[in-house]
Amino acid sequence: MSKILIRGARVLGGEPQDVLIDGEFIEAVGTGLSAEGAEVVEADGKILLPGLVDLHTHLREPGREDSETVLTGTRAAASGGYTAVFAMANTFPVADTAGVVEQVYRLGKEHGYCDVQPIGAVTVGLEGKKLAELGAMHESAAGVTVFSDDGKCVDDAVIMRRALEYVKAFGGVVAQHAQEPRLTEGAQMNEGVVSAELGLGGWPAVAEESIIARDVLLAEHVGSRVHICHLSTAGSVEIVRWAKSRGIDVTAEVTPHHLLLTDEMVRSYNPVYKVNPPLRTERDVLALREALADGTIDIVATDHAPHPHEDKDCEWAAAAMGMVGLETALSVVQRTMVDTGLLTWADVADRMSFAPARIGSAAGHGRPVSAGEPANLTLVDSAYRGEVDPAGFASRSRNTPYEGRELPGRVTHTFLRGRATLVDGKLA
Amino acid sequence: MKRHLISAADLTRDDAVLILDTAEEMARVADRPIKKLPTLRGRTVCNLFFEDSTRTRISFEAAEKRLSADVINFAAKGSSVSKGESLKDTAQTLEAMGVDAVVIRHSASGAPYRLATSGWIDAPVINAGDGTHQHPTQALLDAFTMRRRLIGPDAGLGQDLAGRRITLVGDVLHSRVARSNVDLLHTLGAEVTLVAPPTLVPVGVENWPCEVSYDLDAVLPKSDAVMMLRVQRERMNAAFFPTEREYSRRYGLDGERMARMPGHALVMHPGPMVRGMEITAEVADSDRCTVVEQVANGVSIRMAVLYLLLGGNEPALTHPRTEEK
Ligand SMILES: [Zn+2]
Repeated sequence: MSKILIRGARVLGGEPQDVLIDGEFIEAVGTGLSAEGAEVVEADGKILLPGLVDLHTHLREPGREDSETVLTGTRAAASGGYTAVFAMANTFPVADTAGVVEQVYRLGKEHGYCDVQPIGAVTVGLEGKKLAELGAMHESAAGVTVFSDDGKCVDDAVIMRRALEYVKAFGGVVAQHAQEPRLTEGAQMNEGVVSAELGLGGWPAVAEESIIARDVLLAEHVGSRVHICHLSTAGSVEIVRWAKSRGIDVTAEVTPHHLLLTDEMVRSYNPVYKVNPPLRTERDVLALREALADGTIDIVATDHAPHPHEDKDCEWAAAAMGMVGLETALSVVQRTMVDTGLLTWADVADRMSFAPARIGSAAGHGRPVSAGEPANLTLVDSAYRGEVDPAGFASRSRNTPYEGRELPGRVTHTFLRGRATLVDGKLA
Repeated sequence: MKRHLISAADLTRDDAVLILDTAEEMARVADRPIKKLPTLRGRTVCNLFFEDSTRTRISFEAAEKRLSADVINFAAKGSSVSKGESLKDTAQTLEAMGVDAVVIRHSASGAPYRLATSGWIDAPVINAGDGTHQHPTQALLDAFTMRRRLIGPDAGLGQDLAGRRITLVGDVLHSRVARSNVDLLHTLGAEVTLVAPPTLVPVGVENWPCEVSYDLDAVLPKSDAVMMLRVQRERMNAAFFPTEREYSRRYGLDGERMARMPGHALVMHPGPMVRGMEITAEVADSDRCTVVEQVANGVSIRMAVLYLLLGGNEPALTHPRTEEK
């Protein structure tokens, strides 16, 4: 049966409507649509969103298949309501050639849970010295448009300038992990009151802000487009706001965890809270929420960073940095942005689907929920309340900071080009 | 008292005074011909040292042996424990062996806290220094030394350090001794001033219960005790200060500066002292300098802590006195 009728869903949070899917496309959106010949999904006032798009995911394959694979990562993505994810380049080998990005791209297509759009490295081996073959990656089957050395900062100003200039030839964008390396040597957590007390090496806000300031100025100078990954401080917000007001072509993302958690959590010395950039202060969290609401920050991206148990079940300094996020992102956004009245569901569709798809040029994703569009859709039960249980995660890793926390909302269905990848909260 | 001693901030004023008073009792044991109590007979204490510190380990070991505990020394150093998981593995080994208490020294801040709270082990955990975080028994022995010198061994019983002005000088940023002392001395009612070049004061210090000054000469005349912190020469290469000479000139304690301190004021150092940069030989060898006493007091304090965490609530010397009859 190729027809599916989603009945009574609040499209983008509006009044209940029916959405009829035929094959890979949406055939009609309206009220009282006929269910004839269609499988019916009773949506019953649930929120229907365009399939979510994550511009910042670590899938770990190739190289760290013990943490995550393209299969487990895309299953996690489907569970979280995503229909497309951008896979970061810091794999082993690094995704700095056409061969590696094509491999990742094809694995995504083969598994069929979620489209995988590889991100190419900016520099060879993420070493920051020599530009990778950006053009070849763009021309490969993977059609790479986003380039990032994420995990590391492109700290050499000349290399950054050249990368920004070079990708203009094919409409690419450089996504910067803003971290001045000298200012963050030995860094373990946000530098401030808590780090002073805990005796953990500080990661100062200025190490992020100084790179963002430099990069927006570089982007302005060469007339290029720059994207700032996981922006985490109030000062960074101010710089991006200033840059946008000046007409600089900059976009920015925030992670769900930076919208919810603060460095106070580090008092537990529990490495589940160890992440890069680090959890910041309450003041930063509030500034990030406000910036996401007013559009200064364009999108939410998960920075889904799976790690095996043993890399977190140890002392803080020895632990790996990062947390998983695909399966909890929408709940955290609902909790911090929707339930607080800062964003409507239509805004959520923008920040988590339309805008990331636009920034990453993900064809077929981030499209309106209307007739003729690809049927990439996510159905959310926003009334649901429940504790996060990592045992049920599809991700191979369980390093979530939300274990046992109550979070609102649950993705019940995900459709990738008309095919259900998630049905009633279970992977199809 | 809490079940573990991880941070000086874990101690209430009454806890701290109880430890100091108990340490006075323990100090009397050192004056006896047989320096041993049966208190922890049949108990096993493990000294788990992931970072070298012969001085601290010997001090704990002496304390444990004076309390008749069985002692296991576990020194894990170098590449064999470079993997993070080893702390958990080691903890579980000790748990399986039925260890009654773990004294842990670790280069990572928070490692003792993880050990005590992660369910890896059930025994009480005593922090013997973790990274740049805490070294609570050091702070206790320092406070004990101050109380003895400024109030007196017997007159000090039951007393705290209310109103005393204590100055800590040097590398506060990297110093677990400084963090522990600020917490404990504040709890005991003292007024603490940190003196260091701004590069060696942590961002966030404004939340600490102390004053911060960059001017040693201004602070010295108002100090009842001046504690010099160790400054590592490597810090110079990381541009924390321009030269060793400049550091000594501005923040070193020499005879001339010591003369500006009040007559009763003492000079302290957690050791080991590097004579020259932070303290001159003249000051180190003067009778105001308590470095040797601090070492002896360290054993009494560690006995007191072990006794209170493992022994019980009665006065420490009840049993031995009974036995002597
Ligand atoms: Zn990053």
